[in-house]
Amino acid sequence: MTLTSVLACAAVLLALGPLAVALGHSRVATRLVYGTSMVASAVSLAAAIVHLIGAVVPESITLPVGVPWLGAHLRIDALSAFFLLVVDLGAMSASLFALGYGRHETAAGRVLPFYPAFLAGMTLVVLADDAFTYLLSWEFMSLTSWALVMSHHRVPDNVRAGYVYLVMASFGTLALLLAFGLLAGPDGLYTFSQMRGAHPSAALGALVLILALVGAGSKAGLVPLHVWLPLAHPAAPSHVSGLMSGVMTKVAVYGFLRIVFDLAGEPSWWWSIVVLAFAGVTTVMGVLYALMQHDLKRLLAYHTVENIGIIFIGLGLALAFKTFGMDFAAALAFTAALLHVFNHSLFKSLLFFGAGAVLGATGERDMEHLGGLIHRMPQTAFVFLIGCVAISALPPLNGFVSEWLTFQAILLSPQLPAWGLKLLVPAVGALLALAAALAAACFVKAYGVTFLGRPRTRAAEAAAETDRYSLAAMMLLAALCLFAGILPGFFIDALAPVSTALIGAHMPAQSGSQWFSIVPIAASRSSYDGLLVFMFMIISGTLAASAIHRLASDRLRRAPAWDCGYPDVSPTTQYSATSFAQPIRRVFGTVVFRAREHVQVPPPGDTRPARLIAELHDLIWDAIYAPLVVGIGIAADRLNRLQFLTIRQFLTLVFCTLVVLLLVLAVWS
Amino acid sequence: MLLVLLLAPLFTAFVRKVKARLLRRQGLSLIQPYRDLVRLMRKEVVLAESASWLFRIVPYLIFAATWVAASLVPTFRTGLLFSWSADLIAIIALIGSGRFFLALAGMDVGTSFGGIGSSREVMIASLAEPAMIMIVFTLALIAGSTQLSTIAAFMTSPAVGLRVSLGLALIALVMVAIAENGRIPIDNPATHLELTMVHEAMVLEYSGRHLALIELSTWLKLILYVSLIGCLFAPWGIESAGAALPTLAVGVAAYVGKLAIGGFLLALFETSIAKMRVFRVPEFLGAALMLGLLATLLRFVSGSF
Repeated sequence: MTLTSVLACAAVLLALGPLAVALGHSRVATRLVYGTSMVASAVSLAAAIVHLIGAVVPESITLPVGVPWLGAHLRIDALSAFFLLVVDLGAMSASLFALGYGRHETAAGRVLPFYPAFLAGMTLVVLADDAFTYLLSWEFMSLTSWALVMSHHRVPDNVRAGYVYLVMASFGTLALLLAFGLLAGPDGLYTFSQMRGAHPSAALGALVLILALVGAGSKAGLVPLHVWLPLAHPAAPSHVSGLMSGVMTKVAVYGFLRIVFDLAGEPSWWWSIVVLAFAGVTTVMGVLYALMQHDLKRLLAYHTVENIGIIFIGLGLALAFKTFGMDFAAALAFTAALLHVFNHSLFKSLLFFGAGAVLGATGERDMEHLGGLIHRMPQTAFVFLIGCVAISALPPLNGFVSEWLTFQAILLSPQLPAWGLKLLVPAVGALLALAAALAAACFVKAYGVTFLGRPRTRAAEAAAETDRYSLAAMMLLAALCLFAGILPGFFIDALAPVSTALIGAHMPAQSGSQWFSIVPIAASRSSYDGLLVFMFMIISGTLAASAIHRLASDRLRRAPAWDCGYPDVSPTTQYSATSFAQPIRRVFGTVVFRAREHVQVPPPGDTRPARLIAELHDLIWDAIYAPLVVGIGIAADRLNRLQFLTIRQFLTLVFCTLVVLLLVLAVWS
Repeated sequence: MLLVLLLAPLFTAFVRKVKARLLRRQGLSLIQPYRDLVRLMRKEVVLAESASWLFRIVPYLIFAATWVAASLVPTFRTGLLFSWSADLIAIIALIGSGRFFLALAGMDVGTSFGGIGSSREVMIASLAEPAMIMIVFTLALIAGSTQLSTIAAFMTSPAVGLRVSLGLALIALVMVAIAENGRIPIDNPATHLELTMVHEAMVLEYSGRHLALIELSTWLKLILYVSLIGCLFAPWGIESAGAALPTLAVGVAAYVGKLAIGGFLLALFETSIAKMRVFRVPEFLGAALMLGLLATLLRFVSGSF
């Protein structure tokens, strides 16, 4: 029942694409596309919630499309239902946001047809139950999102972003294709249920793990495969950026989970080492890159890289515990990762929508040209602040809960018998703590430079509050952030069926504990109560406020800023994004980015101002991608000669190839 | 809860007094911070023209976060009401919330001094916080819990013994506490006319009741850290929940004694050392982080360290 309704919604979304082409970019088309997408996502969301909460048995269906002898297998189980929930919640809020935001879209004709198709693609990926349908939907999702990235294709940066994205997406799909090929084996067991029964050998499983990590990791943004993400996510229209960052990366996480936890059979103990090492590096590198940015949307995109790292830390721990039979601890780490998937999808969408609202109001993405927006856009500023607190993992909001659970899982790991893990896990814990602190620093910078202070340009000065649809979408997400932060027990309980299905255990039920606190292991060991902390803060804050306003003076006078007696009226004397990050750039960046600063002083008599030049190098790009690009260029030049051979040379070439292939075949068999 | 709130100004006054006496000065009276608070409360607030609503609610938020965190640290008895609502990680994160909002407030008016303070504060925090988490890891692995009451109870039990990891954690915790509270050699709490200032630069635009609340929060944070060190590394005299009144009196006396010793040591340390350059701070905190990590690693490698 749930599956058919979800599929019906996906069909509606697919049909909406061609309809949008027919309607062109009229006002009606915008309303119709986003309105219908919102309703379809809401219905689908309801179905996913029913499936997840009701713990219904998995449903499957085979549609007579796709490869003739195979058909398209679709299935909804607890894992799919959870990710469907994430997809649909993001899709619903993005559609609501776009009802307002989409009206300003200049290239609506290039956004509207692809938007519902993109949503349908993501829905189908999480429902697919055979390799063919999975890869087809995955490619469909990649291509529609590529088209959305390219919707403003006259901006030169966007063309490069689109190109890099296309290359990386194809590379990722190739890795997934090979992974599924290995799992399907020589007999061609393409459906997931057949793969589950196949039990691949250890070597094959290891190869599948690496391919899945590369394939899904390149889509999710694992360092060093993240390079396309900060280019492509900001290039798309803001509601699509929110979807790509908040939701599509989660679909990639789903792909990894499905292959590694469900299909690849019994994991070896060193799998978790690979995952944890990548995850730890991703977490810190993501946030350090983010700190160096001054483009608001790019900063948010780099933060997605960081959060994907946090999710993979949870997954790596879950793998480690699972291989050593510590099912309970595995369930804790796994739940922490899934909860972070949900939380990140909430606050990352919220923050991208906020960035979109700022972009709509000022036409600027560069933080150095913004400032003081809290006066002009108070409601946007408020919800954006909630998003910032949530992503910085500060109580009492939701980001803290999932990081807290991850820390609790790390604290269980000394019981792991493997020495490699014993040394790696504390280091990963330190990296996670470092990333959490740096994330807070980064969002002080993002919020402080964009919304606080004085306006740095005319555009920022003339900004106006965004429309009510956009505000409604952001407020919905902000309310969910708060709700998931103060009552996390309900969300943890809802994840129990997913954890049971993949790990074989789940965390103890939380909803019965007193005052809605969460107790992952035992009350004497650790507990956290978001509701009480929130209430205490509210009570002590109001107590202080009322006491002060009753007993003390409540007079107030506006005056020019004091600034230690040296106020400067020019807003350029404020701290900018670059100067704010300077101490951190100097502490961490000298090693990680080879950051250098030098002052250029003009010769005497020259009236030009002295300039401070900060240099940064993206070492990952320089070390991996730049040589690769050069290498491919050289190889292409060499191979180019093959086009100009004579007919005899061509025939010789074909003959030689045939001989070599036959020889290989002879040796093989 | 009220105890820390009432003691916090006194403790700061005590530290100042000891510092003054060590420098052969008379020093201010011990009730001077209370007088300062009353005076600030009575004055009107002078608000910068570019200040927003956030600037006005931040003092209350910081105060709330710090007070909640401070009241969750056991002072003279364990088994506080609602002590299970937040464990040690949550307490650190609450202090982090306070700092997050203070740094935002520094950016709000749009002056260069506010910016410099915020930017340096987050740099310091980005190293101090992971160091603190590593210390928590060490303690949690020894006591088998992140719950502060449980750790304190475990620390009083004879099962603890002398451990290398605990020693490392103590040194790291003291370093973090000095950095977090903006004491010498990281920051100078006594002046805001120094180019390397951090905390005072952020609160430069505050006045009147807002400043009073922020000052009070700063003092609360200081007493919180001293109580934390006391309850973790010198847990003598902390009574369990159902203790009788006379033993509780002993507990209170022990707590006051611990504060006095902590304050004296802090003052002694501050008078005997010079402030360091701001870019030497990362080295100082990096050392704390490494010590914390080393302590945690020792715990991971072997249960007996």
